[in-house]
Parts: sequence; C-alpha cells; structure tokens
Amino acid sequence: MFKYQFDWSIVLSGKYFEWLLSGLYTTIQLSIVSIIFSFLLGLLIAVMRMSNIRPVRWFAHGYLEFFRNTPLLVQIFFWYFGSYKILPAVINDWLNRTNFEFGAAVIALTIYTSAFIAEDIRSGVRSIPREQLEAARSSGFSYVRSMQYIILPQAVRITIPPLINQFLNLTKNSSLAMTIGVMELTYQARQVESYTFKGFEAFTAATLIYVVISLVITVMVTYYDKIVLSPMKAR
Amino acid sequence: MITFKGVHKWFKDLHVLNDINIHVNQGEVLVVCGPSGSGKSTLIRTINKLEPINQGTLIVDGMDLSDSKVDINKLRAEIGFVFQQFNLYPHLSVMRNITLAPIKIRKMSKRDAESQAMTLLERVGLVEKRNAYPTQLSGGQQQRVAIARALAMKPRIMLFDEPTSALDPEMIGEVLLVMKDLAQSGMTMIVVTHEMGFASEVSDRVVFMDDGRILEEAAPDEFFKNPKHERAQQFLKEVLSPMH
Repeated sequence: MFKYQFDWSIVLSGKYFEWLLSGLYTTIQLSIVSIIFSFLLGLLIAVMRMSNIRPVRWFAHGYLEFFRNTPLLVQIFFWYFGSYKILPAVINDWLNRTNFEFGAAVIALTIYTSAFIAEDIRSGVRSIPREQLEAARSSGFSYVRSMQYIILPQAVRITIPPLINQFLNLTKNSSLAMTIGVMELTYQARQVESYTFKGFEAFTAATLIYVVISLVITVMVTYYDKIVLSPMKAR
Repeated sequence: MITFKGVHKWFKDLHVLNDINIHVNQGEVLVVCGPSGSGKSTLIRTINKLEPINQGTLIVDGMDLSDSKVDINKLRAEIGFVFQQFNLYPHLSVMRNITLAPIKIRKMSKRDAESQAMTLLERVGLVEKRNAYPTQLSGGQQQRVAIARALAMKPRIMLFDEPTSALDPEMIGEVLLVMKDLAQSGMTMIVVTHEMGFASEVSDRVVFMDDGRILEEAAPDEFFKNPKHERAQQFLKEVLSPMH
C-alpha cells in the first residue's frame, strides 16, 4: 500500500518556504489595498444610495444589484481579459508596463466587496435616529457634510462587526486572483505542490496562514472598536 | 426679525398651520403654548425650514424662506435650535459637540473655538464636563450642553422646541435658569413650552395655539390673568391646576 511520507521541513525553510512567504506578502498587499479602496467606495455608494437625487440613487442601486449578483470569478476575468478592449490604448500600455494582474485583481475585489460594504453601511445609517440629521442640518451643515461629520462616523462604528466580516471575505476571496496569475499565497502553495508533490503540507501551511491573517484582522478591528467606541457606548 | 404672513401648512389632509400671522422683533422673547398636536412644534420648525411651508410668506432675518435662492445652510447657521430630546452627537465629547460647527462652518481656529466653548460651558455651569461624552451626562446637563452648542454659532435667533419636556422635574430648573439668563442678555427667542412660570416671568408675549390656529396673542400678565378664548382658559386650568 502506498504510504505518504510527511515532510514538513520543505514548507518551514528553504526555497519553498520563501515562495510561500512571498505569496503571503502579495496576499497581504492585495488585501490591504482592496480593503481600503472597497471601504471608501462602499461609503460613497452608500451615500449615493440614500441621496435625494433620483438618478444618483438609481445608479447606486443598479451598481449594488449588478455586482452583488454576479460571481466574483467572472468579475475578475472580466477586468483581466475584457477590460482592455474598452480602455484607451494609453491606459492599456501603462497597465501592461506595470503589474496588470495585480491591478485587475484589486479592481475586481474592490468593486465586488464595496457593494456588500455599502449595504452594511446603509443599514448602519438607518439605525441612527433621524434627529441626528436634523440637529446637524439645523446647525447649518449641508446634507453631505452632515453625513461626513455626524451620521457616517456613528454608522461606521455600529457597522464594525459586519465590516470585519466583509474584510475577512475579501481576504479569503483574494485567493481567486491566482486564476489570472497573481502570485499570491494560494498560487504559491499550488506551485510548491507542483514542484514537490507535497500538497498536504503546502496547503496546510497556506490554510494556517489564512487563519492567522483573519485572526489578526479581527483583533485589530475589535481593538479599534474598543478604544474608539467605548466612550460612546458608556453609560 | 421674524414675520409670518398668512402661513399655511398641511400634512396630507391635516391642516397643521392655519393662517398664521406673527411678528417677532429683535430682542423679543415669544412663548408659544397650547395642547399637544396644536401645531406649535411645526410652527417653530418652519422658521429654520426643518419643515417647509405650503402657503403664505415667512421672512426670517430679512430672508424670504419661499425664495429658492436663499442659502438655507447659511440661514440655519444664524439660528440656534434646541430640541426636546437634546440630540447631542453621541460619538463626540462635550467639547467637540460645541466646537464642531464653529470650526467647520464658521472656519474658526480650533484654539478660538475651544476658548469660546469654555466661556459657554462656564455660562451653563458645565466646565468640568468638557471631556465627558453625552451619554455620561444627565438629561439636564445634556440640554445645557445643547444650548451651549447652539450659542457657539453666535446665532441671531434662538428657537427652543419644548426644551424641558423630556427632563426629570428636578432638572427643569437648571435649564430654565440658563434660558432666562439668555433672554435677559437680549437674545431673540421663540420658546415652545408648557412652563408657564417661565412664560410669565421671562417672555414679552405669549401665543396660544390650538388646531393649527393662533387663538390668542397677548402680554403674559394679560394672558394668565385674563385669557379671552375659552380653549385658552381650559388649557391654563389644566396646566396650572397641579399648583393649586
């Protein structure tokens, strides 16, 4: 009977360890950049979704339905294979000279996740009493400024638990970027497997690394929540 | 300073303001009273356009509110509004609650805004609470901070929408004292309230409303001693009876 020889040393040191490490580095980069952009874009879409101006509201609604209801993998392929056909040559040249795979993955992850974040923030905004908006407006703040200084800061604090969820999803979803050749953690684990046939070790290592990343995100956001939020909740 | 001419407002079929005519001079203190649902809160909320009017003319500080060219944010910055439920910003400290609008709207420096806030906190007796958050304060303290927040914009008019109705009885006095002090400093004020003691002591005129109409408008002495309208007599009896 075939007997599998475990060899953990290959993922703990040497060339393959370095591959995994560089994959981890790319995953972190991809996740952080996409988290920041998707959060900002999510805020913008949430505000547009609640706008008094109908076409703006409709656009945001269409955006949400469109990007929430199509598979992320299709969106990644669209931005990677499809977008250069509609972009001007100048931009394409620039993208080709820089890291196009990485850029396409950031665009896809950002847009996809921002749709979910926007909905979470919107429900956070709806839980803020409308008197808060009245108080801000009667001080002379415009609608947008009221949102910026008074409503959104409160709504985002309330939205932190679902936001952690979206950030974790984004980090895990970033593994799909391997399909367009972004050399992130999953891609590298796959490489290690192809070269060594040690699939169990390689993917166990990758799994553990994903768990650690997720825990770090959770701890960081919760810590922020405790420090910033506690005075507001105190009674 | 504030002029209502034939103002009407409807909420669907409900005629909430029915032919309102009032004129308030600079430095005057007007108390608006009446049973709940009489339209007095709606009336005060039309003055800074939290509620738009449907018909008539409303001129505030020389600006016609029906004119679409009026910059409503600019007008609101000149009008302080104090709510029944205080509506402080719970995510900001007392200090930030007071300095936010002066810094962002009046473009005051942080230092100037904070020193002004300290003066105002002294005036409402809450200097030691400057770093507290609203939820750590009692209702009376929150309302005094709300008044300081409104005053920080150096408003030309102050509007009070039942400022003591949400307070425990023992806290009403501290808020009324701040308002009285403000009235004596010459501020133009419109106050919706059931505090008849405040009305008789501090106000220049009392307006009595019922069913969206102004039924009586008189000097406080005259209104309390000799109310003409039957509904006003009945209202005063109900409001004042616990004391007798």
